[in-house]
Amino acid sequence: MAKELLRMDHITKTFPGVKALDNVNLTVEEGEIHALVGENGAGKSTLMNVLSGIYPYGTYEGDIIYNGEVCKFQKIKDSEEKGIVIIHQELALVPQMSIGENMFLGNERGKKNAINWNETYGEADKYLKMVGLSESSRVLIKDIGTGKQQLVEIAKALAKHAKLLILDEPTSSLNETDSRALLDLMLEFKKQGMTMIIISHKLNEVVYVADKITVIRDGSTVETLDCHSMEIDESRIIRGMVGRELTNRFPKREGVKLGDINMEVANWTVYHPLYAERKVVDNVSLNVRKGEVVGIYGLMGAGRTELAMSIFGKSYGADITGTLKINGKEIELKDPREAIDAKLAYVTEDRKGNGLVLSNPIRVNTSLANMKGVSEKGIIDKDKEYAVAVEYQGKLKTKAPTVEQNVGNLSGGNQQKVLLAKWMFTDPDILILDEPTRGIDVGAKYEIYCIINDLAKAGKSVIMISSEMPEILGMSDRIYIMNEGKFVGELNAEEASQEKIMANILQAGKGE
Amino acid sequence: MANKNVVAVLKKNAMLIVLVLVFIFFTVTTGGQMFQPMNFNALITQNAYVFVLASGMLMCMLTGGNIDLSCGAFVCFLGAVGSILMMTKGLSPFLSIILMMIVGIIYGCALGYLIAYVNIPPWIATLAGFLAFRGWGTALLSANSSTGSISIAAQKGFLAIFSGKVFSSPVGKLNTVCMIAGVIASVAVVFLSFRARSIKIKKGYAAESMASLLIKCVLSVAAIMLFAYKLALAGGIPTVLIWVVVIVLIYNFITARTTIGRYFYTIGGNKEATRLSGVDTKKIMFLAYLNMAILTVIATYIVTARFQAANSTAGTNYEMDAIAACVVGGVSAYGGAGNVFGMVVGATLIGVINLGMSLMGVDANWQKVVKGVVLLAAVVFDILADKKKS
Repeated sequence: MAKELLRMDHITKTFPGVKALDNVNLTVEEGEIHALVGENGAGKSTLMNVLSGIYPYGTYEGDIIYNGEVCKFQKIKDSEEKGIVIIHQELALVPQMSIGENMFLGNERGKKNAINWNETYGEADKYLKMVGLSESSRVLIKDIGTGKQQLVEIAKALAKHAKLLILDEPTSSLNETDSRALLDLMLEFKKQGMTMIIISHKLNEVVYVADKITVIRDGSTVETLDCHSMEIDESRIIRGMVGRELTNRFPKREGVKLGDINMEVANWTVYHPLYAERKVVDNVSLNVRKGEVVGIYGLMGAGRTELAMSIFGKSYGADITGTLKINGKEIELKDPREAIDAKLAYVTEDRKGNGLVLSNPIRVNTSLANMKGVSEKGIIDKDKEYAVAVEYQGKLKTKAPTVEQNVGNLSGGNQQKVLLAKWMFTDPDILILDEPTRGIDVGAKYEIYCIINDLAKAGKSVIMISSEMPEILGMSDRIYIMNEGKFVGELNAEEASQEKIMANILQAGKGE
Repeated sequence: MANKNVVAVLKKNAMLIVLVLVFIFFTVTTGGQMFQPMNFNALITQNAYVFVLASGMLMCMLTGGNIDLSCGAFVCFLGAVGSILMMTKGLSPFLSIILMMIVGIIYGCALGYLIAYVNIPPWIATLAGFLAFRGWGTALLSANSSTGSISIAAQKGFLAIFSGKVFSSPVGKLNTVCMIAGVIASVAVVFLSFRARSIKIKKGYAAESMASLLIKCVLSVAAIMLFAYKLALAGGIPTVLIWVVVIVLIYNFITARTTIGRYFYTIGGNKEATRLSGVDTKKIMFLAYLNMAILTVIATYIVTARFQAANSTAGTNYEMDAIAACVVGGVSAYGGAGNVFGMVVGATLIGVINLGMSLMGVDANWQKVVKGVVLLAAVVFDILADKKKS
């Protein structure tokens, strides 16, 4: 029997008015990969913040027993000294600095106040090799991809002599290849005796790496599943997370008659705005009918977002060529306003970055793209605006006390609903949804799928971009497969399968 | 629960309460001098330019903490241009006013273009103006006058529009027009407050309680009537008060009720999201600085008329006064938050502190120290209050 490395005993953490953690127990044995799963807001991150000392000893109840002794961490440094290192979901790297500088940020090599650069880069290279990166540690962070940045984060943790590594959603911004590589790296570390805790929404990944899975729901531990003593699959985990079996993760869309072609894009080519010779979207043609949900599957960096944004009023890219037809008529959309007027909507993948105004209330965000709808001659009808926000809050079941709540205070799923509300209020005929369910929990995903179905039933055309294959397969009538700026395949719902999609991508890769 | 409400109300009006306390403090320390009619008058005439410039600065700051460093220097330059037009060239005040406005609009367009369409960081673009216009203005003045200052005391028409009193009466005698204006303003405030509440109730929205509305009305009316009474004794309504009130009301309307005003806020909150929502964000940035220049022109009229002359030190540190008024009034230094009411309170607070310290005979250098501390305290308070909320 392996030795117990960490025990979190009856942890209770209260925030003003909310009990974020209620009597949580977690036991991690040495040398295992322990997964922590639960819906958004279940308390996973809070628990890890308690463990790493972000919430200092005394602000919570219960004990942390690590390596046989009770720990009273006052700050992150305390837990790091013990070898507990957390890698947060949002990468904490300085883009303009080199890998080496980032790796030892706050932990510099050399004498006090004098950095030894040879030692810094020498050691950095050593740790980079351990995570399988061949880059020199003098390369700047901004010049490597997100996947590699995530690996740098791990190397950084190793440099702190981590014994217990906590990874919070490590693959949320990685494509499938990079994700798989990262998970394999975790398994490799496990062989070498490292203990890890992984927090993830992606249950297939959890099943792939975890030895044990602890499910947290509403701030309490529900159960711990041992993956070796019983057969665990995704539906078994979901049952624990939501407290019921989700028999169908994708709601059926029935009785929708496909109408005429609503939008048609032909020979669409887009160049990178800075690197003029780089083609980001290469000769893409697509169409979508009324009432149809078309999926665009592609890995991150395949050019999906760039394609969508370039169609949406040329809001991305340079030298855009190709034709765009809406309702059979050729049209040129020079800016987002013209796109909106042409009944197009683009629901961004990056709701915090360019989707919502987080510091403003739901009301303001709902009306932002269609101020004409709540104003007359440039003067806002506040009552109408309020009523519209309330109407959409009800329609989309957005959970918030009032529409005056700032969007920044909402959970990811509810933020996504506000973003959808904003675009639905522009009354579009064609909606491009870019990763509509990224980073939101299972329950909210289901509700978003229902909204998509309702839109299709109402005769709207929906283009759904996603890198989650089950979602694409479960929701689309037709699937385009995109790889390196090109469309490399088109499949109907009946014939599509994970294998076929991957085969298309692999084939395209070989063709080069 | 009631306690919580009281705390919330106090927090929301913290700066207003500070303003009242500071006013009382100076009234006591100056032996009641602060409460003299003449000083009510001075509070307005001396600070009119702050309200005007801060209205423009507010719009700039909303777009993301952007500021205009050049407005003070531009006041100096434009004052020189105006006085030369009127005195040296002998143009009529009316024509000069229009020409000055045209010069301001040209500058605003140039500045707005550079910032919005060429993407020059606002503080750099306006720093250039800050340096250039002070020099240019001084050069113009010394080329046209041996003393480096041009008096416009002879331009009675110009002075009448931007300084002096409306229906003035001898000091010490109660000015009827002023009192009537006070009554009208009071009635308007009460009427509008009650109407807003009844509309809310009729439509079923959350409305404030009758008690809090009554308290608010009583306090507002008391403040207005006190001001009206004091001004009536000081010879009547200063002309600049009308300018200030009109400008403040216009900008209050723009920021609170118009779509274009809304965009200033959302750009400050998230520029990219606003752009992708079909808003021409560049146009809004352009308008922010064009608007700032237009208000700077109006501030120039007011300042030149008050001093009855253009000189090379005119407008010194005005940009800082405007920024300070906004920041003290709760306008976010990062953009996206703040309103005209807060800005007015902030500007008044700084005005009261200036005036009070002058009356107390505090050394001018120490006055600057105090203002700096107040500014810092206001920002620290703001950020701490925000932190508690989250």
